[in-house]
Amino acid sequence: MSFVFAGLFTPFHYQFFNNGIIVATIAGALCGLLGVFVVLRGMSYIGHGLSHAVFGGAAASAVMNINYFVGAGVWGVASGVIIGRIARRRLIGADAAIGVVTTASFALGLALLNRYGQAKKSIEAVLFGSVLGVKTIDIVAVSAVAILSIIIVVALYRAFLFATFDPEVAQVSGVRVAWIEALLMGLLSLTILVTMRVIGTLLISALLVIPASVARMLTNSFARMLWISPIIGAVSAFTGMYLSYFLDTSASATVILMGTLMFIVVYAVTGLRGRTRISGLHHI
Amino acid sequence: MIGEVLVECAHMSCAYNSTLAIKKIDFTIRKGDFVGIVGPSGSGKTTLLKAILGSISPIEGHVTKKPQLRMGYVPQVETVDWNFPVTVLEVVAMTRSSTGRLPRVTKDERADALLVLERLGLGGLENRHIRELSGGQQQRVFVARALFHRPELLVLDEPTSGVDVRTRHEVLHLLADLHDEGVSIILSTHDLNGLAAHLPRLVCLNSEIIADGSPVDVLTPEVLEQTFGAPMEVLIHGGMPVVVDGVGADIAERMSRLG
Ligand SMILES: Nc1ncnc2c1ncn2[C@@H]1O[C@H](COP(=O)(O)OP(=O)(O)OP(=O)(O)O)[C@@H](O)[C@H]1O
Ligand SMILES: [Mg+2]
Repeated sequence: MSFVFAGLFTPFHYQFFNNGIIVATIAGALCGLLGVFVVLRGMSYIGHGLSHAVFGGAAASAVMNINYFVGAGVWGVASGVIIGRIARRRLIGADAAIGVVTTASFALGLALLNRYGQAKKSIEAVLFGSVLGVKTIDIVAVSAVAILSIIIVVALYRAFLFATFDPEVAQVSGVRVAWIEALLMGLLSLTILVTMRVIGTLLISALLVIPASVARMLTNSFARMLWISPIIGAVSAFTGMYLSYFLDTSASATVILMGTLMFIVVYAVTGLRGRTRISGLHHI
Repeated sequence: MIGEVLVECAHMSCAYNSTLAIKKIDFTIRKGDFVGIVGPSGSGKTTLLKAILGSISPIEGHVTKKPQLRMGYVPQVETVDWNFPVTVLEVVAMTRSSTGRLPRVTKDERADALLVLERLGLGGLENRHIRELSGGQQQRVFVARALFHRPELLVLDEPTSGVDVRTRHEVLHLLADLHDEGVSIILSTHDLNGLAAHLPRLVCLNSEIIADGSPVDVLTPEVLEQTFGAPMEVLIHGGMPVVVDGVGADIAERMSRLG
C-alpha cells in the first residue's frame, strides 16, 4: 500500500517533470486569465492564428540556431503587423487576413523543418509541445509574462472591461481602445511565445478558450471570471500533466482533455442556465 | 438667446467601404438644443450620430467640436451583447474608466451610481445581470451609464424603440428634466407622433438633410413624402402635428369590406 502511495510521487523525482509541470500550471493560469478576453470578444481564432504564426518563427529559429524567444518573438510581431496592415485595407476581413498570414507562416515553418531540421522529432515537439525540453529559463519567462499580465489587467481593469464590452462607447468616453487592444494582443503573443514549448502549437488555442468558457458558465460576473478561469486553467494543466506521466499520453493533449472534462461536468451541472450563458459566445 | 456651438458638421459626408451613407450634411448643435433625427431605416441616423461622436470620420467635409466636450452615448439596444457577464452597477460605473482607477467600484462612485439608478427608476436592481431586466429597464441602464459621465451633450440612438407607452412617457419626461438642467440632447427615433412631434427641433434625414426646424414647420406632407418616400398626411391636434399614414384610409376601407 505504501508502495502504491509512494508511486504517486515518482514523477516529481524527475527534474524535467517538475520544470514541465510548473511551466504548464502557470501557463494554464495565464491562458485562463487572457482567455476571458478572448472568449468574451469572440476572437478565439486569434489564439489559433498567433500560435500558428509563432510556429513559423520557432521553426526558423531552430533551423538557423537563433534563440527561440528572439526568433519566434520577432516572427510573431512581424506577423501581427502584416495582419494589421492587410486587415486595415478592409478588402478582406481580419479573420481572413489572419487565416492567410498565419497558415502561410505555419507552412513556411513546416517546410523549413522538413528541409533543414532534424525532421520528425522536432516537428512533433513544436506541434504538440514537450515536457522534456523545458528549462529554468522557461519557468522564468512564463512567470514574468504572468506577473506582467496580472499587473496590467488589474491596473487597467476598468478600461479593459469597457473596451471589451462596448468598444465604441468606451472610445467616446475617453478610453484609448486601440491602445488597449494592442496591449491585449501583445500580452497574447507573449503568452503564446512562453507557453508554446510545453503546450504546443496545435492545442494552445484550446487552453485559451476552455477555462474561460467553463468560468463563464459558473458566474455572471466579469470580475469573478477573471479569477475562476485562471484557477480552472491551472488545475487542468496540473492534473493533465500529472496524469500524462502515468497514462503515457501526450502531456498537452491530456491537459486539454482535463479541461474538456471540466467543461462537460460544469455544462451538465449548471444545466440550462450555464448553457444559455455560453450560447452567446461566438466561438468553437 | 443662442447657445454656444457644441458640434458643427460642415458639408460632411460619411461612407462605409466607399458607399455613401450620408452626404453633404450641414448641421449645428448648440448648447440647450433638444434635437430629434427622423428618417426611414437605413437613412443614416446612426451614422450621423456616430460622426458627431467621432467614432467614424467623414470622408468629406468636417466635424468640429467644442474642445473637451463631454458626450454621453446611448447606443441602439440591438447592438448590446446581452450575454456579457456584467451587472447593472458595473455597466453604469464603466464611463468612469480613465486610467488610475482601481478595479473595485469605490464607495463614492457607488453612491453616485445608485442616485442615478434611483432617478431612472432602477433602484434596487444594481446587482442584477443586464439580461435579467425588461426591455425598458435595459434601455434605462444605458441612459444611466451615459448620465454617470455627466455629459454636456447626450446622444441617444432610438431611446424608445421596443418600449411600451408608459416607458416612453417616462423616457420623455426624463429627457425633458435633463434638458431643463442644461444637458443638450440629440436623439434619433422612428416614432414621429410619440416622440418626434414633442421635441423643439426636428431634422428629417434621408442620406441628406431634407428639413431642419420645429415640428410644425418640418412635419408637412411634402417633407415627409420626400423623407420616407411614402404618402403621409398631417393633422393638427391640440396645436401639435399628428402624422397619419397616407394609405391608412385606403387600407381601412379595404379591410372593412373584408369584414
Ligand atoms: N458597418 C456598416 N458597414 C457597411 N454599411 C453600413 C454599416 N452601417 C450602416 N451601413 C449602411 O449605411 C446606411 C445608413 O445606415 P444607418 O445605420 O446610419 O441607418 P439608420 O438610419 O440608423 O437605420 P435604422 O433606422 O435601421 O437604425 C445604410 O444603407 C446601411 O446599410
Ligand atoms: Mg440606426
